[in-house]
Amino acid sequence: MSTNDVAPIAARAAAVRSALIEQGAMAADALDPIIHWGAEEWKPENGARVVAKAWTDPEFKARLLADATPACAELGYHGPQGEYIVALEDTPSMHNVIVCTQCSCTAWPVLGLPPDWYKSPEYRARVVREPRRVLHELGLDLDPAVSVRVWETSAETRYMVIPMRPEGTEGWTEEQLAELVTREALIGTALATPAS
Amino acid sequence: MDGVHDLGGMHGFGPINYRPTTEAFHEEWQETAFGLMLGSVILLQNHTPDAYRHSVERMAPSHYFAVHYYERVLTGVTTLLVENGVLDHADLERRAGGRFPLAGPVADKPLADLTPQSEQRFNKGDVVKVKDFHPKGHTRAPRFCRGKQGRVLHVAPPFPFPDTSAHGGAQREEHTYHVEFTARELWGDNGTDNDFVVVDLWDSYLEGATA
Repeated sequence: MSTNDVAPIAARAAAVRSALIEQGAMAADALDPIIHWGAEEWKPENGARVVAKAWTDPEFKARLLADATPACAELGYHGPQGEYIVALEDTPSMHNVIVCTQCSCTAWPVLGLPPDWYKSPEYRARVVREPRRVLHELGLDLDPAVSVRVWETSAETRYMVIPMRPEGTEGWTEEQLAELVTREALIGTALATPAS
Repeated sequence: MDGVHDLGGMHGFGPINYRPTTEAFHEEWQETAFGLMLGSVILLQNHTPDAYRHSVERMAPSHYFAVHYYERVLTGVTTLLVENGVLDHADLERRAGGRFPLAGPVADKPLADLTPQSEQRFNKGDVVKVKDFHPKGHTRAPRFCRGKQGRVLHVAPPFPFPDTSAHGGAQREEHTYHVEFTARELWGDNGTDNDFVVVDLWDSYLEGATA
């Protein structure tokens, strides 16, 4: 394909938007709430709150592992790409990591929209075939005795990882604990941040 | 379709550009692309997420790999809007001031011959094998697990069957199963003993098997 006469991507996006508005197919501000939710409301801080509550409330954790969709909804997290959420609990013998090899699905209400690295062909191609090497490159070295499950988001289940609670956090509040849970920990390419 | 989007397990890809970021969008056009992707649910009649995913899969491979995720989103959504007569391609190119590459057409006879399975056929612990099928249209059974045998970890609720949903077929829902494959089963000698891949697969992709 010759690329030198292709319009800049920003001009192409603006062309679609302006054509739809001028034809009356959509209102000028129709996309604003969607963009607001994508940029501001669906975020990994939500998933971090879910994890922190699971770490401190055994009954909530039991509900979360049994059926994560209503458990996340208890905290107000539900909506598109969160219709059926499954929580994956890390243990000393099993580490979980999430991918979507065919597009880039994530559980929007609790993980947010996927980050660039998660959407990259490199991550999508490699993590299913050589997960330990990928995790090593991303800074996570697992004991060879720990099993790894890579979860391919090929259908409508949306996953979130419940990382292990770091040592030395006894007595911490949910708010303090949530600070230790990054988006990468919810995907499984990092552990929860150690207590400092 | 056995397309370039179906990346799982492909060789030749280098290091991951791992820069954990917090913002969802870096530029305004990316917001627009995302907004249109969700907004197209309202703009298009009989729209499904599967038709959208297939529109991205139909992009030329050289285009697919060369561009940012949200350019793929915009290309797919715009292709559907043009194919459905909501927008005019020539008008878009006039507005944009240059070429506006879209995805290629849907293949003739896009569906594989998979018998609908409205009832749950498998249970947790069952051994199953993924059928070795190769439809020209949309499917969500990744190539790397076709023909492979695994074990059901979990039964998920019924969801619309993507192969027919992407191509305007009658509403059809099937259970999906979280099927665990050993790395040895998928990758042979290159697999590690205690690595596993779990794939979420619709009922009619599967057949019963014995361990």
